[in-house]
Amino acid sequence: MSIKVKNISKSYQQLVAVDNVSFDIDQGELFGLIGPDGAGKTTLFRILTTLLLPDQGVASVLNLDVVKEYKGIRSSVGYMPGKFSLYQDLTVEENLNFFATIFGTTLTENYDLIKDIYIQIEPFKNRRAGALSGGMKQKLALCCALIHAPKVLFLDEPTTGVDPVSRKEFWQMLRRLKEKGITILVSTPYMDEAALCDRIALIQKGRILKIDSPKAIISDYDKIIYDVTSNKTHELILDLKKYPSQYSVFAFGEYIHYIDQNPNFNPEDLRLYLKHKRHSEILIEVARTTIEDVFMDL
Amino acid sequence: MKRFIGFIKKEFYHIFRDKRSMVILFGMPIVQIMLFGFAITNEINNVDIAILDKSKDSETQKIIAKISASNYFNIENKISNEKEIESIFKQGKVKAILVFEKDFIKNLQISSNAKVQVLTDATEPNTASTITTYINAILQNYQQDYNKIQGDNYQIQTQTRLYYNPELKSVFTFVPGVMTVILMLVSAMMTSISITREKELGTMEVLLVSPIKPFQVILGKVFPYIFLSVINAIVILTLGYFIFKMPINGSLFLLAVETVLFIVTALSLGILISTLAQSQQTAMMISLMGLMLPVIILSGFIFPINSMPLPMQVISNIIPAKWFIIILKAILLKGVGIDYIWKETLILIGMSFLFIAVSIKKYKIRLE
Amino acid sequence: MNQEKIIQVRNLTKQFGNFIAVNDISFEVKKGEIFGFLGANGAGKTTVMKMLIGISKPSIGEAIVAGFNVNTQAEQVKKNIGYMSQKFSLYDDLTVKENITFFGGIYGLSRDEIKRKTTILLEELVLEEVSNHLVGSLPLGWKQKLSFSVALLHEPKIIFLDEPTGGVDPITRRQFWELIYAESHKGTTIFVTTHYMDEAEYCDRVSIMVEGKIEALDSPKKLKEYYQVDSMNDVFLKLARNIE
Repeated sequence: MSIKVKNISKSYQQLVAVDNVSFDIDQGELFGLIGPDGAGKTTLFRILTTLLLPDQGVASVLNLDVVKEYKGIRSSVGYMPGKFSLYQDLTVEENLNFFATIFGTTLTENYDLIKDIYIQIEPFKNRRAGALSGGMKQKLALCCALIHAPKVLFLDEPTTGVDPVSRKEFWQMLRRLKEKGITILVSTPYMDEAALCDRIALIQKGRILKIDSPKAIISDYDKIIYDVTSNKTHELILDLKKYPSQYSVFAFGEYIHYIDQNPNFNPEDLRLYLKHKRHSEILIEVARTTIEDVFMDL
Repeated sequence: MKRFIGFIKKEFYHIFRDKRSMVILFGMPIVQIMLFGFAITNEINNVDIAILDKSKDSETQKIIAKISASNYFNIENKISNEKEIESIFKQGKVKAILVFEKDFIKNLQISSNAKVQVLTDATEPNTASTITTYINAILQNYQQDYNKIQGDNYQIQTQTRLYYNPELKSVFTFVPGVMTVILMLVSAMMTSISITREKELGTMEVLLVSPIKPFQVILGKVFPYIFLSVINAIVILTLGYFIFKMPINGSLFLLAVETVLFIVTALSLGILISTLAQSQQTAMMISLMGLMLPVIILSGFIFPINSMPLPMQVISNIIPAKWFIIILKAILLKGVGIDYIWKETLILIGMSFLFIAVSIKKYKIRLE
Repeated sequence: MNQEKIIQVRNLTKQFGNFIAVNDISFEVKKGEIFGFLGANGAGKTTVMKMLIGISKPSIGEAIVAGFNVNTQAEQVKKNIGYMSQKFSLYDDLTVKENITFFGGIYGLSRDEIKRKTTILLEELVLEEVSNHLVGSLPLGWKQKLSFSVALLHEPKIIFLDEPTGGVDPITRRQFWELIYAESHKGTTIFVTTHYMDEAEYCDRVSIMVEGKIEALDSPKKLKEYYQVDSMNDVFLKLARNIE
């Protein structure tokens, strides 16, 4: 068991940031903490990396208690905090060497671990970190977190604000690292990235709503979702909302995801209703449930 | 116009709702007025002087008693010969020495030529002038009384001698003062924003989750600035020497060592502020307001410490700048060696250790 | 939909020293459109937006926004547009009402108008209960909706939204887009940047910027057909690959 969290709570004055959270993460797991801003992800990360003290509960990383044995944890984990937290005015190489030095290692010692990633930023090694693009910064931060071959990686929203191509590459890198046996705890607000994890915990307002593998979460969801489109998108949303037996109506890219209250719902009834409301080019199909759908219904 | 007024309204809301700006707006002026009111004085009080009485007759005794009775002077020492004059000045124990020549009464009555020498330590030129004036006043007073009784017109001749700064050049107090203030402010400010900057940028988080220890971070931040401050010091001294003709009577080596010591003290103070302040703005604010005014007013740079009310004098002791100015003046103007300034040096060393130790202790190992 | 052009950009270029942030772009936005402006961070989106809202001067080229030339009539441009950015919108230490009053004043509305709009706004957004609460105490979603409405107080023809839904939970994001739809329906043009690719689908047309140039501009549907993919995310990926 790489990471153990039991009944952890943390409040800031009136605000409850983390509310009685418990979960366990195995060695070599790629575990995602999925939720929007303010859900408590960063607070939880900071507790696990020993930067904050929990108000209640116990947690351990690599069998070291986060409160009492923090020094051991700090020397053994890799941490990438929320916003880019490397030295903007040092170059790529200088940043890497700095972190290598304070962890008592060198760039060459653990080179294989970071090789795949480093190769992509190597051409820029003399560039100031502040002058890198979002995707490059992210890769550099990952290298700095890996430089001392940690057994556990904590990545707090590493892909936020980064372009889709870099995001995709980043997750590929994470999967390769996981295969080397590194336990990875990642947080992200992007629901589509959730599907790439071994297991995920959905978190909202400090509480864990569900923990399971992405596949299980989707298959456990019992409601049927329909993709609906018509020629008038805006009116469609309004009209669907007025439909008497509607349970939820949400825009999902080019489709509207519609869920009915009635388990025996007949989509043809809906089609008639919409025709009556002067919609044309009506399309109603069963949709593929996504993590986001499940999240919004929790 | 409407927009403008709407904007002003909003600004008022901001000011009144921000506790910090309220403190600065109202708190600071009050503090300043208090400090200025008490500390600025051209008068002198309780100045330590020494007496060399070569006559030791009834009249000199009367004069000495009169001087002693006044609030202005405190007779710290009675020396017995001229050789002690230099050393007592170098030690900084007194600011003036009154020398009564031999056969005072005889000279007074017969040749109307009783001589009194007023020797002052003119490294504080303002004080020196004032001392001279006051002593002259007392002597004149005595003279008047004596003449009333005697019914005659006898004269006391006073001869003034200004030690170490015969031209009463304020520059000689100015350059050490400025150097101290600049070194103190710049060193303290530079380091005070150093740690807070890491906190603000978020790199502190990453540093914390690593094996590096607090004392390594703190000392690591002090070291580079030592270098820069030394350059600053050299520039000021050079300017003082070549442009203001400031003498450097003592040993250059000692000067260098003491300067580095003071720089370390100032830098450690800056680091201490840095570990306590939450943001760079706060850190700068504390450095500027919390250090600048006390340094300028209470270090003895402009206003003599002896003339301040007792509580202020006590407070002035915790200001590193005060001790360094004494050291600087002693080396530059009086040309003394370490034997005269070991006390001040030890104090600075002690302060440095204290600041660094507290910084290490207060260094937050967690984020809240 | 009205074919009137609310934004016309021709050969717009912005250079910072040797670095060309925006490289000779040209495009048009029709009145009433929801126009999505996509691209990675650093691709030049923010720079373009700054030029269009009149706070940055183009190095070369021109843009006409709401009928005014950004080169020569920047002040007029600012008066006739609405702007909402993720980083700054409202003052946290002023109440909801005070913010509305303040911005109303800035936009030149009369006191009566401000009063009238305040009532409508509070009602529409269901914020009557918190009208005297400090904005800083509101949840992020409410702040954003308020921000959006405040940016529209002076009923501009076009509103620029700079990544308005960053970090917000999925439900609030969609509620925000419903506000955008409603506004667009009234005829206001919406110019929005985002890096949520699914939000790109809500737009009438999108453009994708890569390294200072516009590499794609069309409706989401047509872009997906062209690249033979199912989602805007994949459009982006394919586009990036083609450029390499």
